[in-house]
Amino acid sequence: MTIDETLDTTKLLNEVCGQLKDRIRHIDPNKLGFIGIHTGGVWVANKIAEELQLKTNVGELNIAFYRDDFSKIGVHPTVKPSQLPFEVNGRHLILVDDILHTGRTVRAAMNEIFDYGRPLSISLVVLIARSGRELPIHADVCGADINLSKGEHVKLRGPEPLRLEICRDS
Amino acid sequence: MMVKQNIQLDAAGRLKHFLSIEGLSKTTLISILDHAETFTSVGERAVKKVPLLRGKTVVNLFFEASTRTRTTFELAAKRLSADVMNINIDASATSKGESLADTLRTLEAMQADMFIVRHQDSGAPEFIARQVSSGVSVINAGDGRHAHPTQAMLDMFTIRRHKPIFENLTVAIVGDIKHSRVARSEIHALKILGVPEIRVVAPKTLIPAEIERLGVSVHHDIKQGIKDADVVIMLRLQKERMSSALLPSGSEFFNTYGLTSKNLEAAKTDAIVMHPGPINRGIEIDSAIADSKQSLILEQVTNGIAVRMAIMSLVVGNASL
Repeated sequence: MTIDETLDTTKLLNEVCGQLKDRIRHIDPNKLGFIGIHTGGVWVANKIAEELQLKTNVGELNIAFYRDDFSKIGVHPTVKPSQLPFEVNGRHLILVDDILHTGRTVRAAMNEIFDYGRPLSISLVVLIARSGRELPIHADVCGADINLSKGEHVKLRGPEPLRLEICRDS
Repeated sequence: MMVKQNIQLDAAGRLKHFLSIEGLSKTTLISILDHAETFTSVGERAVKKVPLLRGKTVVNLFFEASTRTRTTFELAAKRLSADVMNINIDASATSKGESLADTLRTLEAMQADMFIVRHQDSGAPEFIARQVSSGVSVINAGDGRHAHPTQAMLDMFTIRRHKPIFENLTVAIVGDIKHSRVARSEIHALKILGVPEIRVVAPKTLIPAEIERLGVSVHHDIKQGIKDADVVIMLRLQKERMSSALLPSGSEFFNTYGLTSKNLEAAKTDAIVMHPGPINRGIEIDSAIADSKQSLILEQVTNGIAVRMAIMSLVVGNASL
């Protein structure tokens, strides 16, 4: 795999934070809950929390048990458990991931969230949305939309510093 | 038993059945413990269920009575969203060969994805594993005097949660070693995980021949046996042994091998006490110890669910590849 390009992560994060501030302006901060999807989503969620000076801790979601490819790849090797340090019921959730691609991860994440309770709403925030959606899922807040062909991938490296790379199967 | 080719593993070395600790690598055991760690969080949520085994059928095939093992397997399967069937077979009615072969034909027709097998004869789960079609997994829930590998793994999990570095531990297993499949599986697991000192403590009549070959030291005095131990595992004394010539009486056993607070002083002050259950209060363990802070007996039961969830999802995941 060859690295084609590195995207400006700071710029994308600023864009996301700007849009998000606007979106949550009218929501009571005590009713907000931030959740990052392991692993990249947690990194991004922590950056956003820092930037927006959030008081609540960021929740972490490991969707390994909710994936739809269990019968194809077996148990996912990621073993860090999910941790939601707040009550999901009656909360407006901001679900954060690094990259939105097929939409299957977000589907799995939402299924898991509903096993914790019934949120008032869920908004999806991603650093980057790439082409290739397989489910009717779209980001509410997104740093940038990019068009990639099948052999191309976006990968977030981190946590310090965050770096988005576009790679191509060689 | 597990000799030439290890039937538990597929060609790529992945766990396909879980029959015995013997022949498994340290990496495999650690991976089970790590996965179990993740599954414990499921038990702490409002909805104690994940959809990992949705649509799979798990059959609890018990040829020998069991309450806690069967129920924790059942709960583990249900928390993974599998459908569970419990089949209890009175094995005394038929001889082993007939019963197993006949039962298997029926079960094959049920299109089950996994069999959890407990049997009074050593090797029965492996026999079944050799018969089932590919894609079907078998987990040993205790066979004869041979093995009880999920109990051993939940004990390893419990130990690691309290004493994280296996390489620093002294572990004493006390009681009826001879008839205990738990002890055998535990010794293998402790060895593989790198525990440097494993002791077995029992009267001569309850120690199997050549047990030293497994890399354990043998003690006949409980105080000496648990001296400076980090972990003391008590085994259940089966009542039928007391009626045989192996032991004089329950109270006499308690006097010489029972775990009392006085005996426990010989172990390290922060030693943990474990027991696979069900416990015989006043025979192998004093009530005060069983209910003390050092005792992890109930935590073992809770941990058993997460560990069994981990093992079931690993083998089903690998078997369906």
